[in-house]
Amino acid sequence: MTKPIVDARAIHKHFGALHVLKGVDLRVAERELVFVIGPSGSGKSTLLRCLNRLEEPSSGSIVVDGIDMLDPRTDINHARQRIGMVFQSFNLYPHMTALGNVTLALRKVAGKSRAEADRLGHAALERVGLADRAEHTPGQLSGGQQQRVAIARSIALEPRVMLFDEPTSALDPELVGSVLEVMRSLRESGMTMIVVSHEMGFARNAADRVVFMDDGLIVEQGPPAAIFETPTHERTRAFIGQIQRH
Amino acid sequence: MIQTFFNIEIIAAAWPIVLSGLLNTILLSLIVVPLGLFGGLILALLASVKNPLVRWPLMAWVDFFRAFPPLVLLILLFAGLPFAGLELGGFACVAIAFFLNTGAYYGEIFRAGIDSVPAGQVEAGRSTGLSRLQAMGYIVLPQAVRNVLPDLLSNTLEVVKLTSLGSVVAVPELLYQARQAQSLTYNPTPIVVAAIIYFLMLWPLVRLLSRLENRALAGRR
Repeated sequence: MTKPIVDARAIHKHFGALHVLKGVDLRVAERELVFVIGPSGSGKSTLLRCLNRLEEPSSGSIVVDGIDMLDPRTDINHARQRIGMVFQSFNLYPHMTALGNVTLALRKVAGKSRAEADRLGHAALERVGLADRAEHTPGQLSGGQQQRVAIARSIALEPRVMLFDEPTSALDPELVGSVLEVMRSLRESGMTMIVVSHEMGFARNAADRVVFMDDGLIVEQGPPAAIFETPTHERTRAFIGQIQRH
Repeated sequence: MIQTFFNIEIIAAAWPIVLSGLLNTILLSLIVVPLGLFGGLILALLASVKNPLVRWPLMAWVDFFRAFPPLVLLILLFAGLPFAGLELGGFACVAIAFFLNTGAYYGEIFRAGIDSVPAGQVEAGRSTGLSRLQAMGYIVLPQAVRNVLPDLLSNTLEVVKLTSLGSVVAVPELLYQARQAQSLTYNPTPIVVAAIIYFLMLWPLVRLLSRLENRALAGRR
């Protein structure tokens, strides 16, 4: 692998007595789309949340785009602008319009003027196909639209990496497609993406690599075809078997 | 009966006194309500700091002033502080007592509001690079205030009513002035007038409060 854009090594995370991550190494190349799968409680969301330090790892090292995320001298707020994150429950700000959601960090973190932030915000909303919803509040949008606004909120800051934490799990089945469509176009534009999700169809035809986690460790990883069709570990086989039966 | 409790001549005579009382009540409210809101906000923001060295003294502070009867607090300040060489006057004593008492109440309301905003809201903001303080100011507080608006208004109603405590330390607010007028005229009419004024002043707030409460209920359904 050329110099990875995300380089996480020996990540441990304890929640009290609970050992959630037991020494995880994850390196992601620029423009790579990595899918992280695994049973609930396997630590995949925690791993994702450690990468932008929403969770503080107990030990290990994380370098994203050349920035040491765990160095106390690192300006974490500055570093986080380069790492977009999309949440399972969207987490849009309900008291603001779609445009307000997208422009808040542009104005207050990136320091853009209101006019410039609005221009960038409209462009981001256009990219997710919601140019005509700029003045709607989250309550007036469907789940799929809300999640696309959330994606626009991240990409407006022009991140180097995007983290997706089960982005379609809270959506009605008929709304999943529109969100995956946006993720696909992001991938085509060359965005580096780490996705925690169970959308196996999407993983199959869009992911470069699938990482299977269980019990706080990466059990095995490889191209989607290899992981889905010829998994080498018993636990991977069992998990793939379970989700494919559904 | 009407001659005793609603005597027109006495109203006319007492009106300037009562009116000056009303103005002082309004002035007092305009001082103590923002002061209490401000104090409460500071308390609530401090309470959101998870450090136990901040939390514990804060909880003790809030508990103490919520349990302390405001009238006792006020008299203690007014009658006690001069013995410590500090003579503040009634108005300042009311302001301080209310800052301590209602600040603690407002603080609990703000804290409940802040707690009502899901953690994911802050996480979303912080993941885009907002600082803790920015996330609080732009994301959490606007939602928190909206969520507890009925409680804030309800507490404000109580605070305006409580300004009548100022009469005990000779602050010439509405009740005090009405009593002055009563003793000057030997007639309870000024007190009745004061009661009517309190009602007319607060009733619109009460109406607004029930509308907010109904809306909040409807929103929850």
